[in-house]
Amino acid sequence: MRDFENYKDLLLVLTQKEMKVRYKSNFLGYIWSIGHPLAFAFVFFIAFKVVMKIQIEGYVLFLIAGLFPWQWFSNSVNASPMVFLGNASIIKKVNFPRNIIPLATILNDLIHFVLSIPVIVLFMLIYHKSPSFSWLYGLPLLLGIQFLMTYGISLMISSINLFFRDLERLTGIFTTLLFYFTPVIYPETMIPEKYKHLINLNPLALLMMSWRNLFLKGVLEPAFLIIAFAYSLAALLLGYQVYRKLSWKFAEVL
Amino acid sequence: MSESVIIFDHVGKSYPLYHHITGGIKNYLFHLPKALSHMGNTHFEALRDIYFEVYRGESFGIVGKNGAGKSTTLGLIAGVLKPSEGKVIVKGRVSPLLELGAGFHPELTGRENIMLNGVLLGLTRKEVLKKMDGIIEFSELGEFINQPIRTYSSGMLARLGFSVVAFLDTEIFLIDEILAVGDMEFQKKCIDKMMRFKKNGVTMVFVSHSMTDILGICDRVMWIENHRVRMLGEPEKIVDCYSKS
Repeated sequence: MRDFENYKDLLLVLTQKEMKVRYKSNFLGYIWSIGHPLAFAFVFFIAFKVVMKIQIEGYVLFLIAGLFPWQWFSNSVNASPMVFLGNASIIKKVNFPRNIIPLATILNDLIHFVLSIPVIVLFMLIYHKSPSFSWLYGLPLLLGIQFLMTYGISLMISSINLFFRDLERLTGIFTTLLFYFTPVIYPETMIPEKYKHLINLNPLALLMMSWRNLFLKGVLEPAFLIIAFAYSLAALLLGYQVYRKLSWKFAEVL
Repeated sequence: MSESVIIFDHVGKSYPLYHHITGGIKNYLFHLPKALSHMGNTHFEALRDIYFEVYRGESFGIVGKNGAGKSTTLGLIAGVLKPSEGKVIVKGRVSPLLELGAGFHPELTGRENIMLNGVLLGLTRKEVLKKMDGIIEFSELGEFINQPIRTYSSGMLARLGFSVVAFLDTEIFLIDEILAVGDMEFQKKCIDKMMRFKKNGVTMVFVSHSMTDILGICDRVMWIENHRVRMLGEPEKIVDCYSKS
């Protein structure tokens, strides 16, 4: 009954709606998506460079290269408990594929992230670095992997949260913990030898390391990519299964 | 007799009472045995063994007291609810459920809500844009169409809701008590529009507490009482019995 063009338009209209509802104006939304990671970079710079004197060259750039992609992930995941709740009015009235709502939310965050890449480039120029040709294939690859991963996790959290409303609080704790377990504000080389192998258990670690390597050195480690992709595929499959099991009850619990 | 477009085949719908779970994981875990046993037996039965068919082009009315199961029936037709027993078969594009306070997003303008509803229903943006002017004109909302709908009165929301659905070429039209809030003039306009639908062979399912509207529009009426079908048949007869009960 629905053709491809309708799906495309549905995604487009929902993405526009999301942008408007969340930020009221496109420009302000853009400022927020840049201001947030920059503020965090400032805080971590004060704490770790100025106070604790971490030994890393160009720590500001190091932070920015990691915090921007992280911010996309954590924004999307932290917003996910409200994704279906906030759209109760349409879910209860019309039968349409509900998984398109989190898809639109994450697409929205992806657009904001892509638009913030020039800010990263700006900081690179300040530190006398320039974008590399490897970005041409590296950016789409990493964007794709992170998109799948974020979508899978959001789909799972947004679906379950309709039935266990406490999940909203747990999600905040979960992303904060994950943030400190992921080498974003510190390099993986600083992790003590005996814990190093644990890094592979963190689905986000290799992805975030790949982003930073791509931004700062212009290189991509194929092994990192493969493992990160495997994790994102697993997240997507799991999220979709959970969604499929629960979605028909959405209108009953909203 | 023409083809059936809605078939309820011995449909039952019961809801587990979810508040044990939505009370939070903590509550749930601390009272796990109790919570589990509760889940098994605290079902609320909204509909039981409902059997009816609606034919193409028919205007089908549903009457009954509050809480009898009328809205659940419409939810099942719209496909937002799934039956717990039996089968619901619906052929054709169904309109969104029109209720008081319509299915819109409060922060979006009237115009944006029209687009949102259109694509949710399965139309493309191009198709909705083509109908946009007609919808806005019919709604008589004027300048308000570019305001966020949280600023609308309930009458204005009903106008917008009816106009959207009326112009989106749905094959099955669901109306739940929408006419109660509009002013007299708009109510008349809606009834006229519905009469025109009837002529054009659009199927309508109409829930109302206004017996005048039911008599004026419907070909057949179903009376739901205590979650079951009490009577089904000629509007005059059903309305007569229902009014006396």
